[in-house]
Amino acid sequence: MVVFDRPKSLCDVPFHYCPGCTHGIIHRLVAEVIDELGIEGKTIGVAPVGCSVLAYNYFACDMVEAAHGRAPAVATGLKRSDPDNHIVFTYQGDGDLASIGTAETVHAAARNENITIIFVNNAIYGMTGGQMAPTSLPGQVTQTSPYGRDTSHCGFPVKVSEMLSQLDGAGYIERVAVNNVKNVRNAKKAIKKAFQNQIDKKGFSLVEVISTCPTNWGMTPDKALEWVEEKMIPYYPLGVYKDRDAEKKEEE
Amino acid sequence: MAEKVLMKGNEAIAEAAILAGCRHYFGYPITPQTEIAAYMAKKMPKIGGCFLQAESEVAAINMVYGVASTGKRVMTSSSSPGISLKAEGLSYLAGSDLPSLVVNVQRGGPGLGGIQPSQSDYFQATKGCGHGDYRMIVLAPSSVQEMASLTIKGFDLAEKYRMTSMILADGTMGQMMEPVSLEQAVVESYDKSWAVTGTKCERKKNIINSLSLVPEELEQLNFARYERYKKVEENEVMYEEYMMDDAEICVAAFGIAARVAKNAIVKAREEGIKVGMIRPITLWPFPQKAFEEAADKVKSFISVELSMGQMIEDIRLYTHSKKPVTLCNRVGGMIPSPEQVLESIRKANEGGNK
Repeated sequence: MVVFDRPKSLCDVPFHYCPGCTHGIIHRLVAEVIDELGIEGKTIGVAPVGCSVLAYNYFACDMVEAAHGRAPAVATGLKRSDPDNHIVFTYQGDGDLASIGTAETVHAAARNENITIIFVNNAIYGMTGGQMAPTSLPGQVTQTSPYGRDTSHCGFPVKVSEMLSQLDGAGYIERVAVNNVKNVRNAKKAIKKAFQNQIDKKGFSLVEVISTCPTNWGMTPDKALEWVEEKMIPYYPLGVYKDRDAEKKEEE
Repeated sequence: MAEKVLMKGNEAIAEAAILAGCRHYFGYPITPQTEIAAYMAKKMPKIGGCFLQAESEVAAINMVYGVASTGKRVMTSSSSPGISLKAEGLSYLAGSDLPSLVVNVQRGGPGLGGIQPSQSDYFQATKGCGHGDYRMIVLAPSSVQEMASLTIKGFDLAEKYRMTSMILADGTMGQMMEPVSLEQAVVESYDKSWAVTGTKCERKKNIINSLSLVPEELEQLNFARYERYKKVEENEVMYEEYMMDDAEICVAAFGIAARVAKNAIVKAREEGIKVGMIRPITLWPFPQKAFEEAADKVKSFISVELSMGQMIEDIRLYTHSKKPVTLCNRVGGMIPSPEQVLESIRKANEGGNK
């Protein structure tokens, strides 16, 4: 009996991710959800620019590679091409989604675009070698904030989930983490809900996943997971930030 | 021929796009092309199409990229500063070999410039708008009728060669009204096996992508793309020759400039000056041969442009500078008058007699 196998929606190819990076876990969760919902044949994924640029090689569904930050606009086109038959998700990092693609993100949410966004926040630009991200913590040392992020000089991190939850258009916003088993299970639940919402035509869903970057944080994988618990989560509290569906039910 | 209706150039583009089977339009407001968006906003919801006002030109071109990825006809339109913003997306469309139609109703520049007509985006359109080695098919209408017919042609060429067709119009073309006859376009069907529409679990996945990290592979992709471009150059050149049979002076002009030049040529002929015109309809591929051949027949060329002289460089290039080429131009939203062009023709005629 097979008790553990690769999800069908994940290709049988080696990932290029660094040891200890949690992209692998998040990829797997997305693939498991696509399998469980039986939507592989309808799904079109959009890869970003950044560490997960090669995600188009890893998911087994049709894939599109977007320009840096533009994934929500590309996803809008993919969805509007055939709203009843396309399930569209983007998989984006923090530089892509919260810096260069801020406008595309905010307006996709404002339009209540019926797409699913998986937003991987590891507080750093990984692919280019560890520069300060829009989500880098105050004081965080990076290649371009070598003395620590000085908020008097370059301002404060962008809290994407909090920000988007202020928009009437946004349907479902939740922040999760994948630093321990309990959080991984919660993350999967949130991702599944974000896809189910799209199937049910409930509109814009975004799951922010707090992730690690041991390589550019300069930590062992274990230490990186601890840093998530001790530094990231206190600044980026986990939880549901917006759930229009639940709000409606409450009103009723 | 269908019944003629009076239409603005911009509206003719919009209606022609619908007749060509385009059901997805994304745009951002900018003068002097906004009638296209307004027309689409009115029409699309009534025919099961999608009009969406994007948050920026950047977003609009990426929405185009999304629909184009699914193999459907899609377009956006803008004016000069907006096209600069779309440049990134145009490069990605080229890198992913996606068909699309992009309209530029040009206005004076650079920068925010003005809102009056111009042809100063010739370089941008024909020499590379975004980064990397790529081409766009550039179509230059000279009447409201051509605004419509070249839009239909543009969609067809875009799909045939999997590249972007750009309608390079100007503020005059967009705003002026003329009778136009519009008919349902015959839509050829081209191979779309590359499109992402969901695998239905029946085929291998498709990937729409412009990233290629192995230089040997990226080189081959560029070579293959340019083989395709070569076919466009061989098969799709369009131009009009006007009174060129016995011409000793050749005027070169496109779009609104060609309309003005025609008037001047008629007057010059009345004065006994043997002058004709080559009007490029495709600015890329450029009618190289027509100019090469004319260079052996005429004494000189005059390039009439609403720019500081952009097409003139191609004329010099493709006539191998065999004959003198002078520039007759206005810029910043100004249009040369027939008298100004006539004066240039007279001067060229005198020069030719020396």
